Amino acid sequence: MTEMIDKAESVLGQPMRRKEDARLITGQTQWTDNISLPDMLHMVVLRSPMAHARIARVDVEPARQRPGVVAAYTGADLADSWGSLPMAWTVSEDQKTPPHMPLATDKVRYVGDGLAVVLATDPYAAADALEAIQVDYEPLPAVVDMPAALADGSPLVHDDIPNNRCFTFRLDYGDFDATRSRAEVVLKRRFYNQRLIPNAMEPRAVVVAPTSPTGQTTIWSATQVPHFVRVFVALNTGVPEQQIRVIAPDVGGGFGSKLDVYAEEVIAFVVARKLGKPVKWTESRSENYQATIHGRDVIQDVELTATRDGRVLGLKVDLTADMGAYLQLLTPSIPLLGRYMYPGIYKFEAHTLTCQGVFTNKTPTDAYRGAGRPEATFVVERIMDELAAELSMDPIELRRRNWIKHEEFPYATVSGLTYDSGNYEAATEKALELFSYDELRREQAERRERRDVVQLGVGTSTYTEMCGLAPSRWLGEQGYVAGGWESATVRVLATGRVEVVTGTSPHGQGHETTFAQIAADTLGVPYDDVDVIHGDTLTAPFGLDTYGSRSLAVGGVAVQLAAQKVVEKAATLASHLMEVDPGDVEFQAGAFRVKGTPGAQKSIQEVAFGAFSAHSLPDGMQPVLTADHILDPEVFSFPHGTHLCAVEVDTETGMVKIRSYVAVDDVGKVVNPMIVEGQVHGGVAQGIAQALFEEAVYDADGNLVTGTMVDYLVPTALDLPAFVTDRTETPATTNPLGVKGVGEAGTIASTPAVVNAVVDAVRQFGVSDVEMPCSPERVWRAIQQGRAGGGATPKGTIAYGGPQTATTAGGGE
Amino acid sequence: MVRINVTVDGVRHQDDVEPRLLLVHYLRNRLGLVGTPVGCDTSNCGACTVLIDNRSAKSCTLLAVQADGAEITTVQGLADGQWHPIQKAFHESHALQCGYCTPGMMLAAIDLLNEHPDPSEEEIRHGLEGNLCRCTGYQNIVQAVRSAALAMGTHPDAAEQVRAEVAP
Repeated sequence: MTEMIDKAESVLGQPMRRKEDARLITGQTQWTDNISLPDMLHMVVLRSPMAHARIARVDVEPARQRPGVVAAYTGADLADSWGSLPMAWTVSEDQKTPPHMPLATDKVRYVGDGLAVVLATDPYAAADALEAIQVDYEPLPAVVDMPAALADGSPLVHDDIPNNRCFTFRLDYGDFDATRSRAEVVLKRRFYNQRLIPNAMEPRAVVVAPTSPTGQTTIWSATQVPHFVRVFVALNTGVPEQQIRVIAPDVGGGFGSKLDVYAEEVIAFVVARKLGKPVKWTESRSENYQATIHGRDVIQDVELTATRDGRVLGLKVDLTADMGAYLQLLTPSIPLLGRYMYPGIYKFEAHTLTCQGVFTNKTPTDAYRGAGRPEATFVVERIMDELAAELSMDPIELRRRNWIKHEEFPYATVSGLTYDSGNYEAATEKALELFSYDELRREQAERRERRDVVQLGVGTSTYTEMCGLAPSRWLGEQGYVAGGWESATVRVLATGRVEVVTGTSPHGQGHETTFAQIAADTLGVPYDDVDVIHGDTLTAPFGLDTYGSRSLAVGGVAVQLAAQKVVEKAATLASHLMEVDPGDVEFQAGAFRVKGTPGAQKSIQEVAFGAFSAHSLPDGMQPVLTADHILDPEVFSFPHGTHLCAVEVDTETGMVKIRSYVAVDDVGKVVNPMIVEGQVHGGVAQGIAQALFEEAVYDADGNLVTGTMVDYLVPTALDLPAFVTDRTETPATTNPLGVKGVGEAGTIASTPAVVNAVVDAVRQFGVSDVEMPCSPERVWRAIQQGRAGGGATPKGTIAYGGPQTATTAGGGE
Repeated sequence: MVRINVTVDGVRHQDDVEPRLLLVHYLRNRLGLVGTPVGCDTSNCGACTVLIDNRSAKSCTLLAVQADGAEITTVQGLADGQWHPIQKAFHESHALQCGYCTPGMMLAAIDLLNEHPDPSEEEIRHGLEGNLCRCTGYQNIVQAVRSAALAMGTHPDAAEQVRAEVAP
């Protein structure tokens, strides 16, 4: 068999249809809420309707009297059973981490803060009984606006945290002030990344069985992070870790919102053990909007220095991030995760970032698809288009003058990361061609010329991001409590079939398919013979789960390396069984052959049986064909790409319609192009959703106005265009698979591309910014205000920090 | 309690239910047909869509008593030894990622195809407007419905009777 045929047969890089689909399309899926156990109780949580109030009294006794109710507890009843919920990342020495109990006892601090639970034999009975709980609240003034929260005299979310300030830090790379002194152009802008609600389609759910055949208390949870849940529930409750098993069964999306250890997981665990009965909790969608983390909610004041011939010099960003009322698992780290991405793909000389985190009486924020990188990328890609407009230069040409050229890799950026590889020229060329850039620019000029009611705008985003969270040493330096390695086990079983166990925990990404492709390729076995097991702390005792586009670049590479160990062991055994020198054996297409002796061979399955039977093993070799690998990556990976968006803006109504969207992404080597394309589609959709549709709005009293799916605009099929996607392929040089990661790329890239397009369409009316989401009203108002001489949209909602001042409203200096 | 008679996925059931019991909770909690998931509480997401007498309906917007006498098809009744063309098309077109919206999306698509056997992209997007997906950006779903339309259109029999080969 020739090398060429081997390659043709490899499943690596093929659009293999997904192994997961069979159960998902036939309704045999195991969502957590589908689990029903004998004698199971249904738990519901009483949530505060007030954003800020002292709890004078909670009386659950009336609920206990209701039919079907088995128990009801206040936070005080259970206070001895738990500690503060986990917060895993300390970003600065001055960070304040207030206690965050699973049920509040002294104050409620946001609408949705839980303060009591009811357990009943039927979910309807539990919901009915919840109404019977009596609470006396002493209302306190709520603070929902970040600048107001920071002001002296503001109401305090936590009594002992002055000015509601959670943390501050400053990072200086190069000398920004020096660039300002010699800059010919200085641009200042204020950019908002509005608060978003992640909206994984499956709401969160938890089932806890206090006992099980293994003797462990089993937690099924709709989580991205079963291993985190195990460790932190153990730490939180004092129950020994080995007595806890956590299973993430089929999980219906996460987008970061299930990358957390939530109060309900701890509460259900504690009460199930206390009552000796299984307990289930499932949130409703509206409850999800209050009780599951939100994303973004960041104000950034940006200053860019450049020369008149279009060379960027320095970038200064003052960032204020809304923590919400408490710190969840990673809340304070989100701006930190974006810190390296501000220079983007450009050769800046200096970059300064100051950050502060602020407590408000709102739902806590945490990682939402991209986690810090969308916010940073939005800044650099928006300001590049603003600079292009200031210089009357084509935005693509401006980027060309500043980006890292393909022959300059590896490239050490000003913020201290080394990008291993990339080809921004190639991705951009391909995107421009697919987009018909020149034709669209011509049409744009014509529409302007004839003062068409519908104007055309073109927006660019040439992003990069960092994937593969993360080198453990780096995480430690940054104040994170855990590491970033990942585990894999590959076993060739007695029957020759292959079992892959991963410590990652997919929730829609298709690991069962892609990891099987990797193992099948390395072992030379049929794809159909490989199955991937995940999401269970019993099958993968060690793992760090799925988030930060890490599964393939860390977990997938670990699978490959474990499979290579299997092949190495099998080769030794094969040479022993064939009674030849190990050096005379070669491995090809799943078989060990003796060089120069046609026909003398043993398949890896035969060798596996030999290892299983163990009748004849070389001295010192242990039986069975299995290998583990735990990979701790040394560096991040850096996908990049060029996204181009054309929008039609109706200048009479402000309605924005995406005319075309082209995404050319370079995610390195691709294991499954079908899955990569799907990730790009979904990512781009979520980024467009931020640009045009979605916003979590609070009123001045801290009520979530967009409290249901009726009010919060998750886009439908009709709201989104068909995307044109393509790829360039510049392999990562830092892992053997050459992969980079794709889960968040689309979301990071698309938001600035769309907003740049909207602003481009209406800039002719004197508009320099339109705040997200670029709703018809905001676009219309921006046009009116622009025509009247103002620059940007008026403030949208109270969520954003009051009216702009003259110095923050945009417009070049 | 009110007595209802329903046929679900070809099986007849007679049950006494509370008048306030939602159909989706009847399906999930009483009959144990948990293939139909719940995604929201405002009838926006469409994850719980089923066919009632061959028309799509969000089973969270109906009371179980309203389904008395009806014939209901859930995702669990779609395949008949072999996958339904819409199931095959969703698989082939990679029209699902997490899969939570998929049951409702497929049943809404079947209703759409019953009405428009050869829908345009725009008609598909309109027809599925009541079903939210957070993973796919809808592109591959639209593609899947198109290819299911082609597969079903080439078959001489009625759409419901068309069964595709079980996918590998």
